[in-house]
Amino acid sequence: MLPGTVWLLAFFLIPLLFMFAASFLKPVTYGGVDAGFTFSHYLRFFEPNNLAILWRTVVYSLACTALCLLAGYPVAYVISVAGKWKNFLVFLTVLPFWTSFIVRTFAIMFLMRDTGVINTVLQALGLISEPLPLMPSVLAVMVGLVSGFLPFMVLPIYTSLEKLDPSLLEAAEVLGARPFARFTQVVLPLSMPGVVAGSLLVFIPSLGSFVTTDLLGGGKTVFIGNLVQNQFMKVGNWPFGSAASFVMMSMVLVAVLYYLRRRDQAQAMGA
Amino acid sequence: MLAPSPKVADFMAEPVVEFRNVSKSFAGQKAVRGISFHIDQGEFFSILGPSGCGKTTTLRLLAGFEVPDADGGEVRIHNEVVNHRRPYERKLAMVFQNYALFPHLSVERNVAFGLEQRKVPKAQIADRVRGALDMVRLDPKQYGPRPPAALSGGQRQRVALARALVLEPSILLLDEPLGALDLKLRKEMQLELMSLNRRLGITFVYVTHDQEEALTMSDRIAVMDNARVAQLAPPAEIYERPRTAFVAKFIGESNFCSGEVVAVEQGGLVVKRADGNLVAARGGDGRAIGDHVQISVRPERVELALPSEGPGGHNRLPARVRQVVYRGEMLHVRATLGDGSEMVAAMRNEGQLRQPVAWQAGTECAVTFSPDDARVLDEDPQ
Repeated sequence: MLPGTVWLLAFFLIPLLFMFAASFLKPVTYGGVDAGFTFSHYLRFFEPNNLAILWRTVVYSLACTALCLLAGYPVAYVISVAGKWKNFLVFLTVLPFWTSFIVRTFAIMFLMRDTGVINTVLQALGLISEPLPLMPSVLAVMVGLVSGFLPFMVLPIYTSLEKLDPSLLEAAEVLGARPFARFTQVVLPLSMPGVVAGSLLVFIPSLGSFVTTDLLGGGKTVFIGNLVQNQFMKVGNWPFGSAASFVMMSMVLVAVLYYLRRRDQAQAMGA
Repeated sequence: MLAPSPKVADFMAEPVVEFRNVSKSFAGQKAVRGISFHIDQGEFFSILGPSGCGKTTTLRLLAGFEVPDADGGEVRIHNEVVNHRRPYERKLAMVFQNYALFPHLSVERNVAFGLEQRKVPKAQIADRVRGALDMVRLDPKQYGPRPPAALSGGQRQRVALARALVLEPSILLLDEPLGALDLKLRKEMQLELMSLNRRLGITFVYVTHDQEEALTMSDRIAVMDNARVAQLAPPAEIYERPRTAFVAKFIGESNFCSGEVVAVEQGGLVVKRADGNLVAARGGDGRAIGDHVQISVRPERVELALPSEGPGGHNRLPARVRQVVYRGEMLHVRATLGDGSEMVAAMRNEGQLRQPVAWQAGTECAVTFSPDDARVLDEDPQ
């Protein structure tokens, strides 16, 4: 077997099977599982307070995706027309990946907390007397999510813009399209595969975030990820945590399959 | 070049396109150096040359994708300097080498694209799109709704043409539009493009590296070499009176011989070859006795004679047949001259199975050609 296959089996598929099994078993007070089949963990996921968390997770993740798209598309566009600077700009885009996600989240804390860089500078300038309550807040969570996932949006959009045949742009121009019309009618539609791929790459991990919401949201902005994490690390209800994970996973899976089918249909059409 | 005064221009057809000493450099390299020409209304004008000669840059300067150098002359369209006009301000139409059809739009929407940009009313657009597809002989009902990816190369070519023609442009630019088609389709499209040009009265500016295509379709051909126009003339003149060795070599095949001018006559020269033989040729204005010149003769104007016979009053060079090459409709007989150089005589194949030609490798012969078919060449510019 290939090393990759072994790796996936050992660290992904087998734990997943354990979790799947656990989601139907009985909890033990301080973690672990006990024998006996039950479907109750799945039913519990759909109780109103959990649905509220689910709703918040989805809405915030959508907002994060939209913000990444708004910020990421222009960046990708600039890189795609940057000529000899392209490689350097791509390098800058992936540079944040050289540090761990947690370290970057802490960096945002250092920026946004009461005694952080932003508040200190504003106070030193005499613009404010009291520190702004920047963190913990929804704003801080959004800053954390968007800054963390932005490269996942930029890279696929850049790739699809890069693949764009320059003669199509020239054809549009010679047919009378001014720059704005050329962008909306040719560039944007043809970069949609990148937009969709980037959106998925941002939306999916955003749904599963828990570190950002924990550190920057101060426990107020709870995501499904936090719920799952709490079941395992604090409450000790492994079966419910497993069930919540599986619900989330199946929802993401359905969304991805839907996207893939749409894409294949579009390709079969030749578009 | 002098611009015609307004009074004269009233009587003369004004050129549709004019290049006045246009230059364009990329990173210090001249892609086009100081070229001048004009194109008349309704003309089928070809720009012919090998890759890297500057023909595509010339077309792109006309389309507006490139701007001439700061001191790089003037590009004029309808007598207006357009050096800095964007392509969408020039009201030209263009067919691209790879067709450049929008893959996300149906055939109809591709053809409608330019009309939509020009804010043509919706009701008119549908009619004109249908008309344009009919003109290029694509059934609008059948092909209109399809994506370009579902069409063959030839059909895409027609869509690209329809997308350009639907705008009813006064000038249509074509950048090697038939390059990707197979031979049969290419011949068919050549004839179709010619008839569209005659029928619609649109000025065609056609870039190609295919000399046969240029000879077949053009009213005039600008042969480009090394970022300059080497010769600008109608096809027959380009072929029969090539001005430089480059033109003679690039268009068709040619025999070359060189020597020193020993006499200057009315409309021609007499040249003495290194082997002592004299060759009379036409052209060579401005050359003087003692100049070294090169002469070109087309293979089909060269005849072979037995050493003892042959037409009088012709140039006559003793030779020996080296090889007979069977080419189908033609036979090429290659003969070695006294000085070791080679000349090719092309003769019509009258049926080798019925009656083979007498020429065989080793036969002593004389290469002859009329002075009228021998052209003195200008030096290729450096």
